Amino acid sequence: MLINALIHTLVVLLLSPLLIGIIIRVKSRFAGRRGAPLVQPWRDIWRLLRKDLVISHTTSWVFFVGPVLGVIVPVLAFLFVPLGAFPAAISFEGDFILWLYLFALARFATAAAALDTGSSFEGMGAAREVTYASLAEPVLFFCLLVIARLSGSLSFNGMFGADIAGMWPTAGVSLLLVALCWMLVLLLENARIPFDDPTTHLELTMIHEVMVLDHSGPLLGLVHWGAAMKLMVSGALLVRVILPFSTGHPGFDIALFALGMILLAALIGVVESVMARFKLPRIPQIMVGAILFAFFAWILVLR
Amino acid sequence: MNLVNNVLILVVFINFFMLSSSRLVPCIRAVSLQGALLALLPLLTHGFTAHTVVLSCGALALKGIIIPRLLLRTIEQVGIRRELEPIIGYVPTTALGAVLTSASFLFANQLPLLPEHVDTLFIPVSLSTLSSGLLLLMTRKKAITQVLGYLVLENGIYIFGILLLEAMPTLVEAGVLLDLLVGIFVMGIVMHQIHRTYSDLGTEQLSALKE
Repeated sequence: MLINALIHTLVVLLLSPLLIGIIIRVKSRFAGRRGAPLVQPWRDIWRLLRKDLVISHTTSWVFFVGPVLGVIVPVLAFLFVPLGAFPAAISFEGDFILWLYLFALARFATAAAALDTGSSFEGMGAAREVTYASLAEPVLFFCLLVIARLSGSLSFNGMFGADIAGMWPTAGVSLLLVALCWMLVLLLENARIPFDDPTTHLELTMIHEVMVLDHSGPLLGLVHWGAAMKLMVSGALLVRVILPFSTGHPGFDIALFALGMILLAALIGVVESVMARFKLPRIPQIMVGAILFAFFAWILVLR
Repeated sequence: MNLVNNVLILVVFINFFMLSSSRLVPCIRAVSLQGALLALLPLLTHGFTAHTVVLSCGALALKGIIIPRLLLRTIEQVGIRRELEPIIGYVPTTALGAVLTSASFLFANQLPLLPEHVDTLFIPVSLSTLSSGLLLLMTRKKAITQVLGYLVLENGIYIFGILLLEAMPTLVEAGVLLDLLVGIFVMGIVMHQIHRTYSDLGTEQLSALKE
């Protein structure tokens, strides 16, 4: 139990920047460049953590809570997530609701920190982020309800446990829809390209990045680190649905999970390379479509 | 049965696509794909007999090839690419379509079906296709999209008919296909008339009567 929690914490703290590194590498390969070394995200975070802090006079303690919760919440949330077939560290009935609202808490803290600066750009970013998140939440709930219904369990360990491979032959269409919708939410929530551009330089087009414009030095490092961890936590469940195998040996299970995460990061890199950003008014339409698809997947398993 | 159900679920996705898309050419292609998928169903459910093969070929030729071709030619001639202002917007119609689809799934669960039909999705998908077609007919203004809605509606009736294939004589099946063709003819003539009179394919001007 304690060992398990330690493994989860170390994996998410230390290995999550690798995913960002892989995404950047795949994107540069597509653009015909060599690309930064895979350790660059760690270097960036380390560089930012050693810098001085510049803080606006208008901010209060709320400003610090955003980045700090942005790091704490993914670590906590990762304890509930099974690493492939390797069980989660903490598990109880209904833990997926706590899991979802842990992220809502982090989002609230980030939005509050953005509003705390008093900048109009950041207020705009907070409004966008919260709007899109409110459309992503029903998708996640319907996806998790599908899997809860199929597995007959209300905890992540039971839902994404050993029998998920057995669901594919009977409810393949629903699981495919769940995977598709989850991928959309993953791209939206982690501010990846079809929805948001993490490297954009124009405040008016930003969604997530504009909220952290006033964070500098160590706080910005925490924000980047938290974003990498959030990608890992939200991707872990998708990897489990797509690669539902269990080998019976914990080491191999974790290796399979790691392979899945690397493939997922590469897939995100490919998506970012071949797609352009959606226009902002298109995003709610697409998310409403995702809600309907997730709802339909749920109706299909209800029968 | 699993393959049949997957085909039927694809049919539902095509319904959603029809409800959410504003561009006419992809919509016509979607209807043609839906017709081709429906042509598979008699073979998949009742096996290869002379009757089912004839029926499938007929459905493929009419629903999958001829009627979409005719529609594509028509929009080429009148030069419209998009349905611009539906009476209800695209997101609300898609949401309504999803609500009606789930209602038909829940409703089909309540029906006293034959035991061999309980596991299949024929009834719910047929009802949902019917209601999607009706929605398209009601919410779009251009006559051409209304023809598409009418086609989707017919597809829903056809899915229902497949269950009765053994009980229903060929004549009735042919009636369904003929009925469809007549519908296309009528709409084609109407479209032609509207286009000639008003140089526009909107039907809303038809309700403005002159004294």
